[in-house]
Amino acid sequence: MTDPIVETRGLEMRFPLPTHFLSREKPVLHALNTVDVAIQPGESFCVVGESGCGKTTLGRAIMGLLDPSAGEIHFNGQRIDTMDDAARKPVRRDMQMVFQNPYASLNPRRNVFETLAEPIRHLMPEKSAADVRAQVEAVLDATGCDQSWQRKLPHEFSGGQRQRIAIARALVTNPAFIVADEPISALDVSIQAQILNLMTDLQADRGLTYLFITHDLSVVEHFGTRVAVMYLGRIMELATAEEIFAAPRHPYTQLLLDAIPKLEGGSFDNPREPGELPDPVNMPPGCPFAPRCHMAQSRCRSERPELRELPGGTRAACHFAE
Amino acid sequence: MAMLDVSDLHVAFPRGKSEVEALRGVNLTLEKGERLGVVGESGAGKSMLAFAILNLIAEPGRVSQGRIEFHGENLLDLSERDIRGIRGNRISMIFQDPMVTLNPVLTIGTQMVETLKAHRRITDAQAHRLCVEKLKQVAIPSAESRLDAYPHELSGGLRQRVVIAIALLTDPEVIIADEPTTALDVTIQAEIMALILKLCRDNDVALILITHDLGVVAEVTERIMIMYAGLCVETGSTRGIIRAPRHPYTAGLLKALPQFAGRGARLYQIPGSMPPITALPTGCAYHPRCDRATAECRSRIPPLEHGHACFHPLDQTEAAS
Repeated sequence: MTDPIVETRGLEMRFPLPTHFLSREKPVLHALNTVDVAIQPGESFCVVGESGCGKTTLGRAIMGLLDPSAGEIHFNGQRIDTMDDAARKPVRRDMQMVFQNPYASLNPRRNVFETLAEPIRHLMPEKSAADVRAQVEAVLDATGCDQSWQRKLPHEFSGGQRQRIAIARALVTNPAFIVADEPISALDVSIQAQILNLMTDLQADRGLTYLFITHDLSVVEHFGTRVAVMYLGRIMELATAEEIFAAPRHPYTQLLLDAIPKLEGGSFDNPREPGELPDPVNMPPGCPFAPRCHMAQSRCRSERPELRELPGGTRAACHFAE
Repeated sequence: MAMLDVSDLHVAFPRGKSEVEALRGVNLTLEKGERLGVVGESGAGKSMLAFAILNLIAEPGRVSQGRIEFHGENLLDLSERDIRGIRGNRISMIFQDPMVTLNPVLTIGTQMVETLKAHRRITDAQAHRLCVEKLKQVAIPSAESRLDAYPHELSGGLRQRVVIAIALLTDPEVIIADEPTTALDVTIQAEIMALILKLCRDNDVALILITHDLGVVAEVTERIMIMYAGLCVETGSTRGIIRAPRHPYTAGLLKALPQFAGRGARLYQIPGSMPPITALPTGCAYHPRCDRATAECRSRIPPLEHGHACFHPLDQTEAAS
């Protein structure tokens, strides 16, 4: 295996919760608990899970939008979470982000040219005005945007067009690594395929590496190379996309797969018990998934399973996975 | 005669001196206990259809043409007072976001009793008993004590269960569910849809399920309507259409699903996007995106015949592949 492009070691993220100023309790939300991922160059590494599982927090921590409470983040062999802003600037050029909602992530008062020129001006100050223009034109072509869009404002575009512009903005500094946080969930079905194809093409042309955050497993099956399934801030299963769908090892992964509506039908025929994420502030001891797990035994409620390697290379955090 | 029979429904909104149509002549029938899916992209008019059936089109919009017959009675002729005897009573609704549907400053119990008392002469004790019974039917744990809870004290999944319980309180004949699980996680979506499916089957309640998700429709409904730019472009049995769509738009939607492409292969994509109702092309609204379009498609709107509104439908063998 080559060296990973992005690696986290023991990454933790804790958010202190607001309390009454006289209260002695200091409740803390553990959004990420000892998360280790190593993303190889050229991968489409997917992170899946329900809302509140920490998948967005992981993406934001890697991007440096949140400061981790503990652990390390490495990019191309350098540790980046402890860098100061000046040292980090060249790294930011190489890692960019695409957000879920293109209606919120584009500045409504800034035209497309300004939106795309800003990252170059900020992160590549050595570029001349002519270079900036050339780079903006090139990225518009690469993302299937029309040059005439440059002077238009975001409200003149449809959701799919806006997401193309957001992708163009992420690519304009020629990054190697993109964090895409639910980039297609806000789009209509007929537009989702357009954006996924664009991301696939860009990856082939530019050798991009993606961290793809999603709740939709059918997209993962199509698009992902490896998958991390997260639950309450922990990775429950880490495997190749083929393995996750062919032979899920963790009961939570199985639950997620069973929940996908299928065109053949039959998934919703049996009523299910209400299952919810437990309170992330007062986490139960033992396995976080135990309260919803049909296989749970007394051991699961007292002893937390570590993520361990199984035969075949899949890693799962379950006492009974094999 | 169908229980609910909507014919040639037009909904118009003023724009300048003229009007634009959000629905351009939609027909719909629903039998007792039948489950119908209405599928389309945002702006296709699927929610507008639900609102129109319940006479809830907000000013300045209006139903400009058509009939909505429920047990033979045209709902459009009823007074506001009479429609209230049907809306929320014999036809219930479940909306997308339970946090918006429920009143945040009233307890679950207050909201449930309020609904009951609006439609039934009933004592407090009877109302209380019925509320607990309905909460148990939607599998809410410790139902009795939840009556005193406020919406914010419940999780998203439980809130949507409460909304379903309220919709069931008056033993409706029809439930209209507008994207009931779009705001929820996949695992919770599976729970809620399984619950809605079971309740409809057990109580012989008809369902109009409005969604953009073909998978959900395939799981829950018996018949579907595909909407595009204010018109129904294809309708028929859910199984039949998913196996062999005739309209190119339906076929494109199905083909674009990631599960149909090989791993890493390019997805089929429909070019462009749906036109807004203010800028509809002439003829078939889908023709600018359609690879089968001819001069006829550009000049004339294809009528809905044999379940599809297309001059050049896919033939049976082509569709099934």
